[in-house]
Amino acid sequence: MTENDFYLSIEREIGEIDPGTLKADMAFNEIPNWSSMHFLIIIALCDIEYGVKVTGEDFKKCKTLGDLYAVVKAKR
Amino acid sequence: MAQAKINKVRISAISCTVPANTVDNNNYEWITPDERNFLIKNTGIHFRRVAEKAICTSDMCTDAAERLFSDLNILKEDVDILVFVSQSPDYLVPATSMTIQDRLQLPKTTAAFDVNLGCSGYVYGLFMLASMLSSGNLKKGLLLAGDRATDSQNYKDKTSYPIFGDAGSATLIEFSGNENDVLFFDLNSDGSRSKAIHIPDGGTRNPFDENSEEEVEFEKGVIRSRRNLHMDGMGVFNFSIDEPPKSMLAVATLAGVDVPDHDYLILHQANKLINETIRRKLKVDVNKCPSTLNEFGNTSSASIPLTIVRHCEKNKIVNGKMLLSGFGVGLSWASCSLEMKNVNVTTIAEL
Repeated sequence: MTENDFYLSIEREIGEIDPGTLKADMAFNEIPNWSSMHFLIIIALCDIEYGVKVTGEDFKKCKTLGDLYAVVKAKR
Repeated sequence: MAQAKINKVRISAISCTVPANTVDNNNYEWITPDERNFLIKNTGIHFRRVAEKAICTSDMCTDAAERLFSDLNILKEDVDILVFVSQSPDYLVPATSMTIQDRLQLPKTTAAFDVNLGCSGYVYGLFMLASMLSSGNLKKGLLLAGDRATDSQNYKDKTSYPIFGDAGSATLIEFSGNENDVLFFDLNSDGSRSKAIHIPDGGTRNPFDENSEEEVEFEKGVIRSRRNLHMDGMGVFNFSIDEPPKSMLAVATLAGVDVPDHDYLILHQANKLINETIRRKLKVDVNKCPSTLNEFGNTSSASIPLTIVRHCEKNKIVNGKMLLSGFGVGLSWASCSLEMKNVNVTTIAEL
C-alpha cells in the first residue's frame, strides 16, 4: 500500500471525486460534500482492502488524511 | 456459548405485510438534494413504508398470519404456540401476543408470549421456537416478527429518520420428526454497548417527564428528543462489520457448510454500506445475497423474512441452503444455517 494508492482508493469508494483530489494535508471536512457517512465508507474500505479496523477513537486523533494513512499503516 | 444444533423442525411457510403508505427519500427535505442522492446511494434506501398511526405492528403481523392460514389452508386449531418479537407493542401491559391470539382466533390452549428484540429478533425467534418444537410435545408454532420502527424517529435526525421502514411477518414452524431437518444457531449479546442504539425515556429507568420531548441538537442535521431513537452510527457500523461476520463463520463451521457455499445469504437489512461490507468480507457472490433496502429500508426484525419473501414470491416456494444473520439493537446478534425445503411464501401484502 503506497500513500498515493490509499488516497486513490478512498476517492474510488466515495465516488464523485476527481482522481488526485485528496492529499495528505487535507482535513476530513475539506473532502467535497463531507458528512459522517464518509467516515463509514473509509472504515469499510480499510477493513476490506487493508484488513485494518479504524475506530471512532482513531478518527478523533486524526486531523488530516495523512494522519489517517499513518494510523492504517501502523495497524497493518 | 450459545450454539445449537436443533433437528426434527422445519420452517413451512412465511408471509409479510407492509403499510401501503410509501415514503420516497428523495423528498426528505431536512437535507439538501445532493445529500439525499449520497444517502440513497450509500444506504441503498430509496423508499420506505411508513405506517399511519392507526396501524400497529400487531396489525401487520396479524394480517400476515391470516394470509398464511388462508392461502395455505392451515388450521388455526393446530397452532400450539405463538411468539411475537417486537419492540413496538400495542401497550406496555399486557403483552401483545395475547391480543393477537384472540384476534387470530387461535385456541386458548395456545402458549403465547412477547420477546423484546429488534434486528436480531427473527433469528432469536427461530431459535426459541425450533428449540420448543424439537421435542415433539408442541407440533406447530407461529413466529410473528416486526416493528413500527418509524415511530421513534425524529424527522430532524438525518442519521436515523431516512433509514427505517415498517413491516410485519409471520413464519410457521413445525415439528417434522425428520432427523435430517436441522437448524444450526449461533447467538450473542453485548450489553456493554447498549447505548449504541437506544431510546432514553419511556421505561421505568427514565419515565416520560416534562423534558422527554425537549429537542437537542447533537450535531449538524441531528436533532433528537429523549423519546427518539439515539443511534451511534460509527459504533453500530464498526460492530456490524465485525461481530456478525464472526457469528456467520461460526455457524457455518457448525453446519459444515462454508459461508459462500450456502445458496443464499440473507442479512438483516441494516443499510447497503454495512451489508455490502459484510458480503464482501465473507466472499459471497452478490447474486446470493438479495436485498430489500431500496424498496423497504431497514425493517428491524421483519427484514429477514421480508427479504426471503420478496426474493422468492414469484415461485411461491423457497428451497436451498440459507444463512440468516440478524444484528443490531442490544447489542444483539445471531445467525442460523438451515436448508429450506419447499417452504411456502405468500405475496407481500399491503395494509
